[in-house]
Amino acid sequence: MKYLDEYRDPAKVKSLLREIESIVTRDWVIMEICGGQTHAFLQHGLDDMLPPQIELVHGPGCPVCVTPLEQIDKAIAIASQPDVIFTSYGDMLRVPGSSKDLFAVRANGGDVRVVYSPLEAVQIAESNLDKQVVFFAIGFETTAPANAMAVMQAKHKNIQNFFVLVSHVRVPPAMEAILSSSKNRVQAFLAAGHVCAVMGFHEYPPIAEKYHVPIVVTGFEPIDLLNGLLAAVKQLEAGRAVAENQYQRAVRFEGNASAQRSLRSVFESVDRKWRGIGVIPQSGWGLSPEFQMFDAEKKFNVENIFTQESPLCIAGEILQGLKKPLQCSAFGKECTQQTPLGAPMVSAEGACAAYYKYHRDVVYG
Amino acid sequence: MAEFDFEGYTCPVPIRPTDTVVLGHGSGGTLSRDLLNRLFLPELGKAAPRALDDSAVVVMDGQRYAITTDSHVVSPLFFPGGDIGRLAICGTVNDLAMIGATPIALTCGFVLEEGLSFDVLQRVVVSMKEAAHEAGIYIAAGDTKVVQKGSADRLFINTSGIGKINEGVNISGANANDGDVIIISGTIGDHGIAVLSARENLGFETTLESDVAPLNHLVKAMISAGEIRVLRDPTRGGLATSLVEIAEQSNVTIEIDEQSLPVKPAVKAACEMLGFDPLYVANEGKLAAFVKEADTEKVLDVMKKMKYGADAAVIGRVIGAGKSQVRMRTAIGGTRLVDMLPGEMLPRIC
Repeated sequence: MKYLDEYRDPAKVKSLLREIESIVTRDWVIMEICGGQTHAFLQHGLDDMLPPQIELVHGPGCPVCVTPLEQIDKAIAIASQPDVIFTSYGDMLRVPGSSKDLFAVRANGGDVRVVYSPLEAVQIAESNLDKQVVFFAIGFETTAPANAMAVMQAKHKNIQNFFVLVSHVRVPPAMEAILSSSKNRVQAFLAAGHVCAVMGFHEYPPIAEKYHVPIVVTGFEPIDLLNGLLAAVKQLEAGRAVAENQYQRAVRFEGNASAQRSLRSVFESVDRKWRGIGVIPQSGWGLSPEFQMFDAEKKFNVENIFTQESPLCIAGEILQGLKKPLQCSAFGKECTQQTPLGAPMVSAEGACAAYYKYHRDVVYG
Repeated sequence: MAEFDFEGYTCPVPIRPTDTVVLGHGSGGTLSRDLLNRLFLPELGKAAPRALDDSAVVVMDGQRYAITTDSHVVSPLFFPGGDIGRLAICGTVNDLAMIGATPIALTCGFVLEEGLSFDVLQRVVVSMKEAAHEAGIYIAAGDTKVVQKGSADRLFINTSGIGKINEGVNISGANANDGDVIIISGTIGDHGIAVLSARENLGFETTLESDVAPLNHLVKAMISAGEIRVLRDPTRGGLATSLVEIAEQSNVTIEIDEQSLPVKPAVKAACEMLGFDPLYVANEGKLAAFVKEADTEKVLDVMKKMKYGADAAVIGRVIGAGKSQVRMRTAIGGTRLVDMLPGEMLPRIC
């Protein structure tokens, strides 16, 4: 298939692997930001083909994983109300809140629907005027513009029964949080190609310089991932630290101006709580004052739900690259895809889910 | 920037969905199996030693018969390439065929929702007649129940079937041997993506058709061409789930080759867009066969001459006994594990 097969060409994969092997002289710790990249590494078996000097650690770029527990509890509280149609991307439905998940709300009679686009949720609102329709707006800069479009459309059409439960997060503040930790092990980043397709990578040169860390904008196919790694290793070996783009077919320095415009016209930068980490300043997007009437938290009075998370899993250390999913004592035992302890095991982009699906044999050997 | 406490990053206590049935219990994956193991098999399954094959075997006067049942609840009722009626006939015919039985007769039970139009029902029934004719099976008995509006989604159909197992035929998920070659009868994922794109109105430019078809004639030809150890039609949960089940039933290690998996470009593209893996997408007119290595070419030749086996391909083999596992050699030359679907297949976020 065009645009796919050429980036999965076994001969090119081999030659890139040889090139990386030929230049690497010592151990390097490299973080791929995006959960989609983590899954691609494991899904193609690429992680096992890398030279042993390269250690991949798996970044926080899984929107489901970083959505705080209390946002899920808020979603469940809203979805459980009568006359509410709660819409969400499918991934969020299986993430456990503190007492149940959205699937369980549906099984108990709640109207919870999977949508493929936020505009679908707006349509549902238009055709169900007697119901309140809520969309769970989560994700990074990738999903935020489309969600902004949905809100703009609802406003334009004067749809008054459409609301969004917003939990958007931004990548650069999370990178800085990781780099500023005293236990940080990450020496280079593969930046998330899809996020950069929207935002560009003009936010990265100052981070690369400040923390002296190479940042390589990287795609999601095997050839993309290897090109990203090769560029990162070249920089590391040469002692350089700049932001560079290895995903040129999708990413420009300034990003997608029109997507950024819709994003900024609906959302503004806010402090945001990340699951278990706590609040990172200016790390999220929230509805700007002009669009407050779409805020589901206000409409359904769930602003005051605060949830204490229980210290059972090591996701924080995994997120920071201090540990791998296989080093978690609960992995594959108490924590499986059927009975996830946490979001990293649930999400299609979660690091624990990737290991569980593709690498469980390492544990069970 | 202030330092953040990553060690405080935690997961919540586990939630086991013990008190209610959720949709994932019907997905054909591990949740379905949990339901079987936890509730149905302990209570009802004691007399069914082969309960995990597509059909059960009963012996009467020394003759082995296959017996099976299947309920159909697809939405929409009509989709490109098929409808609930054709699905209801083919599903049960195929379950009988998957243990090598020659189908004899079916029964069908209709649950109709008040308000269903006669026109819709007529079209479904005609489609059932045509599918039964194609399979060479007759519908011997039926039942109809009508429920109040809202108590069912228009039309549910249950079909049960009985078939005869000939002398010398011994096909079961438990019969895979080290060295067996695995053949798939055609492209995977067609049905699931066709139904999904019809239901969700995904607006793909090409219309993809479901593969729903009766496979009994294909199976008959295969049995006459060589030694078939295992047959399975990878319906809900897809090929991956079927292979994991077989690996467990036979306690063998299976290796499949990603590049050899036949997938239509439209299915591949849809899966890439939605974040699905074709290995987990449902089929309704395909079978996976574990064949004695020496008979591979003969069986494959016969399959390729048949309507529903024209795209048959070898996709892997059994590479060891004593450890149940499914591995895949990826297209770029890596290897990874293949697991069952944990619950419902969910489209990804971005």
